[in-house]
Amino acid sequence: MAKFKGDIVINTERCKGCEVCLAACPFTVIAMSKEVNSKGYHFAMKINDECTGCTNCALVCPDGVITVYRAKVATE
Amino acid sequence: MEDKFAKTEIHKPENIVYKKSDLMVDRPLSYCPGCGHGTAHRMLMEVIEEMDIQDKTIGVSPVGCSVLAYDFLDIDMIGAAHGRAPALATAIKRLWPNHFVFTYQGDGDLAAIGTAETIHACNRGENITIIFINNGIYGMTGGQMAPTTLPGMRSSTSPYGRDVPTMGHPLKITELVAQLPGVYYVTRQAVHTPNNVRKTKKAIRKAFELQKENKGVSFIEIVSNCNSGWKMTPVQSNKWMEENMFPFYVLGDIKVDGKLVEKKETVEKD
Repeated sequence: MAKFKGDIVINTERCKGCEVCLAACPFTVIAMSKEVNSKGYHFAMKINDECTGCTNCALVCPDGVITVYRAKVATE
Repeated sequence: MEDKFAKTEIHKPENIVYKKSDLMVDRPLSYCPGCGHGTAHRMLMEVIEEMDIQDKTIGVSPVGCSVLAYDFLDIDMIGAAHGRAPALATAIKRLWPNHFVFTYQGDGDLAAIGTAETIHACNRGENITIIFINNGIYGMTGGQMAPTTLPGMRSSTSPYGRDVPTMGHPLKITELVAQLPGVYYVTRQAVHTPNNVRKTKKAIRKAFELQKENKGVSFIEIVSNCNSGWKMTPVQSNKWMEENMFPFYVLGDIKVDGKLVEKKETVEKD
């Protein structure tokens, strides 16, 4: 079976820290940072590498700050 | 900040499966954190991008938070007087029948100030798409009670909850509009979970396709949150919306292909 691996890139300067993406992620890849961005919001960040590229977080993000990558991984 | 879990080897343009639509202007949205407007905007722009009708689409945004739409949508937009968007959209569509015309209105605008325009434009069966964002209050002006406010719901002008004997019943304008013969497609969606977002996008796509066939009014209600007005966090407001708004404003299609969808009788078991 072909495996997919995914990755998200979060535009942390545009993130407003609404935390809607946290509930949408099925693998708890996203958490809020302790730091703040230049607007003073705690931004979303990746905390592990279990992302499959399902795009759920990017779909619900009101500000559209998440870009999702997904690639097929060759299995042995 | 460098992301230590970044898999930079797959960061190639051909591997992008989702990114913000190019038709969204690259500037920060001025909506509150967690507001459903941003998602609704993006779905609308994705549909226009997929159909490749950017230069043939004209949007009408009246007054309310929805007026800010023209700052963020990279298409032609016209600002209407409060509530008068369906009337203006009628004129635009009649002058440019080959263009795609939509209105983007909130509940205070569409269901209160613009009730007459909404109902008459729908009754005339104009070939326009009406996108109606319902959050149950007047969001921009500070969370006052709107016609769509639920019974018992607190707002800044009903601080003890909406009292039905003195303040009236909430208005289900979507069901009201669905009764009119000029209306071809009526649906109610939400944008707070990934599945609902996908359904909303499908509904918007269908509405624009129907406009191509000159079928009549397509009316899409999007039940949304207003966490600032409801005085909640975005996550709390989404939960509150599921628990309180959805039982009253039931999601799903209300009228498809010019026929009212019959609600399935649910047998309640004790």
